Amino acid sequence: MMRKFRADLHLHTVLSPCADLAMSPDQILTIARQKQLDIIAITDHNSTKQCKVIREMAADHGIVVLNGCEVNSREEVHSLCLFENDHSRAEFQAFIDQYLPNIPNRPDYFGYQVVVDRENMILEEIPWYLGNGLQVSLEEIADYTHRLNGIFIPAHIDRPINSLFSQLGFLPKELKIDALQISKQASEMSIRKMFDIHSDITLIKASDAHYLEDIGTACSVFELVNPTFEEIRWALHRQHGRSVKIET
Amino acid sequence: MKVSEIIDQLGLKVVSGGKGLDREISGAYVSDLLSDVMGNAHEGQVWITLQVHQNVMAIASLKDMAAVILVKDLKANENTIHHSNEEQIPILSSSLSTFEIAGKLYALLNGQ
Repeated sequence: MMRKFRADLHLHTVLSPCADLAMSPDQILTIARQKQLDIIAITDHNSTKQCKVIREMAADHGIVVLNGCEVNSREEVHSLCLFENDHSRAEFQAFIDQYLPNIPNRPDYFGYQVVVDRENMILEEIPWYLGNGLQVSLEEIADYTHRLNGIFIPAHIDRPINSLFSQLGFLPKELKIDALQISKQASEMSIRKMFDIHSDITLIKASDAHYLEDIGTACSVFELVNPTFEEIRWALHRQHGRSVKIET
Repeated sequence: MKVSEIIDQLGLKVVSGGKGLDREISGAYVSDLLSDVMGNAHEGQVWITLQVHQNVMAIASLKDMAAVILVKDLKANENTIHHSNEEQIPILSSSLSTFEIAGKLYALLNGQ
């Protein structure tokens, strides 16, 4: 039987330089439950290192957590890359480590980049600034994500910076996408018209939360039998009776 | 001034689109934001950029630009080169930075 699942697929944690230090794993899950979210994706800038602990803790909260990150490409386009399991997540982390420029982070300018455990103890501080563009093209990032059976969604496409349209003018024909994400304030209809987005392409909305109060403020509602990675992909591609709609 | 003339004078390499070297130059535009170029560049201009993505050639063709100069010896993507040859809009390459090549081109086009 098909059920509805509320999803916010773009959330930052303490690991993102620009996110609030209150964005700890336990707080994110508490707020996600309060906001009645069924599915969330952890998408820090150019890192997947905070996913595992949140995914493990989420079992107690009855929330499905997708491993992911918000990757910045050489063209400085931000995209959400989501992975089904820890194996593909780790493979993608190695890809990031290979292509992220080794520019030291300046916490006083950019903020702290820390990985924490269940008790919010700091396990690791990432030395390189995570906001940089990886030295690899958008197409290569999409292809590698798909090779790992992942989901690839260009982020906040309506934003005037770091978006597919601000950086590249229009959607490249060769780029393989599973959906496009629009910002909290955007209207699906006007964005489709403004950027001439074909009706075959699925748009989702997500909060891009950097603060606890932003979590769940923009959602998409999936119609699935079970909230599995494969069904989420089917929904984005409108296959096997699965679907997704922007929550209004 | 034709594209072929600035190649010699600025020491540029022709990467692709050699059939378009007779194009006449009306001026130049400098930007790495493709949506900005789409909105503000004009026909016949030379476009100086560090973007190597294939959309560069789509926009150069849409605006009927004279040529694209890639700075800092950056290499164009394979698809970008393919479109340059197809559209006959040359991609030229310089080892200089954007600031330096733009300054030299400005002086050349304005006869200084």
